[in-house]
Amino acid sequence: MPFYVSPEQAMKDKADYARKAISRVRSGLVIDYDGGILLIAPNPSRALQKFSELYDRIAFAAAGRYNEFERLRQAGVRYADLTGYQYDRQDVTARGLANWYAQLLGTIFTDSNKPLEVEIVVAEVGETPDRDQIYRIAFDGSVAEEHGYVAIGGQADQVAAVLKERYKAGLTLSEAMAAALAAMASQGNGERTEVSGAALEVAILDRTRSHRTFRRLTGARLDSLLAEAGAQPPATPPDELGREAEPG
Amino acid sequence: MGPDTDGWDADGRRPPAFLTAGTSSFARFLAMAAPELLPGARPATAAGAAAAGHELPHGTTIVAAATAGGVVMAGDRRATAGNMISQRDIEKVYRSDEYSCIGIAGVAGIGIDLVRLFQVELEHYEKLEGRALSLEGKANRLAGLVRANLAGAMQGLVVVPLFAGYDEDRAGGRIFSYDVAGGRYEEHRFYSIGSGSVFARGSLKKLYREGMSAADTILACMHALYDAADDDSATGGPDLTRRIYPKVLTVDADGVTQLSDDEAATFARAVVDERMQSPDGPTAPLQSVIPNR
Repeated sequence: MPFYVSPEQAMKDKADYARKAISRVRSGLVIDYDGGILLIAPNPSRALQKFSELYDRIAFAAAGRYNEFERLRQAGVRYADLTGYQYDRQDVTARGLANWYAQLLGTIFTDSNKPLEVEIVVAEVGETPDRDQIYRIAFDGSVAEEHGYVAIGGQADQVAAVLKERYKAGLTLSEAMAAALAAMASQGNGERTEVSGAALEVAILDRTRSHRTFRRLTGARLDSLLAEAGAQPPATPPDELGREAEPG
Repeated sequence: MGPDTDGWDADGRRPPAFLTAGTSSFARFLAMAAPELLPGARPATAAGAAAAGHELPHGTTIVAAATAGGVVMAGDRRATAGNMISQRDIEKVYRSDEYSCIGIAGVAGIGIDLVRLFQVELEHYEKLEGRALSLEGKANRLAGLVRANLAGAMQGLVVVPLFAGYDEDRAGGRIFSYDVAGGRYEEHRFYSIGSGSVFARGSLKKLYREGMSAADTILACMHALYDAADDDSATGGPDLTRRIYPKVLTVDADGVTQLSDDEAATFARAVVDERMQSPDGPTAPLQSVIPNR
């Protein structure tokens, strides 16, 4: 056991550790569309959620280890509410939150024995599509501003590549959904499995709403949106859409 | 850009309170991370506050009444400091969240802070827990916030709220009143707080019937506020020349709705027209109608 590890080695080990952990989770997507921002990820669980509301026009999305990103989510809600209470609601911005998360994650990456195995996105919906903002913060605190869409989690590059071909500005919600489903289906062995609302977590930041814009899409509303997006595997006849997925 | 208390501790390491607060209560989190932002945290000597007491804005009438499907809350628009009217259009009734509203009587500055804190408290809990508090839970939290201001109240900076909301389990409206010690009391049918509450309650005793539509309940509340303004100098009646009317919120299964200025004007005019005929308002019969059996 060496007494001394070079900083480069230590950082590289931590980074490899985090990347490896994140590569094991399935990808989630954040996509800009004409009416707002869509967040979608595979998630069979109703209790453990990947997307959350941070503030009126700001959402949080994460991939990785649940208890770690859940703590980050809670910290972000506290920071947002404190800023909005101390100043004003309109003074809470995704940019401020992204910077704060960057500092937080950067410090944890440098100082802790183990980095957080998470990748998070802070998204803000604007009055118009050109004012939408999407920030991705990596496990080491590096921030990237993304335009149009971003994929997080394992195989994010692969998923983003598929999305790049199908994405254009001004997609409708169902077009964005269709693009997302196609991109997510490209993970694994490329087989299209039946997609139902029960296996997905879907939320939107709805530009047209006043005050709080974050809305989860579940139940009948999600099923009809999936139907619209043409979420049907090639072999399955249309009237089987929207059925609950098999348990397990 | 960010709050003064980013929360970083002395050597710039992870911010303890944000990550480890371990509570879904915004008020408790503030007490840990930024106690100076709490409404009660104002240095005030007893003598200073007592002297300033009659200079600080106070005095009001807020009424709340249950309707067939929810509850109505209405408040006047006057703020007084001593014998002066310090503001003609102050708002004392606020939406606290999707299914509840709050009205405040007492020192306006602290009351408005209390309302803001309560609004954030409810939203904060909902975002952290993924579900809204029950109506009872909200009423209890408000009691806690009022209790936290007890020290200020003892120094003369009294704030007392009236809380009302739609209870999904009971499919109806509920009203809660408070005392400065944080005692919480459920009221039935109707209630009123503030310097004009005595007159408003007397008026509603004669005008209120259970199971009225929201519109009829609003009219009854407007009459009650008019009567309160008639007898209490600290309560303002409808100002038809400046078009300043009582602020009215209705809460039902569809959420909180605020009466628009035009709608409030219609009700106010109905009240004034009635008073032109009968200055003391509609009279109640001396005997209740005995139903035929």
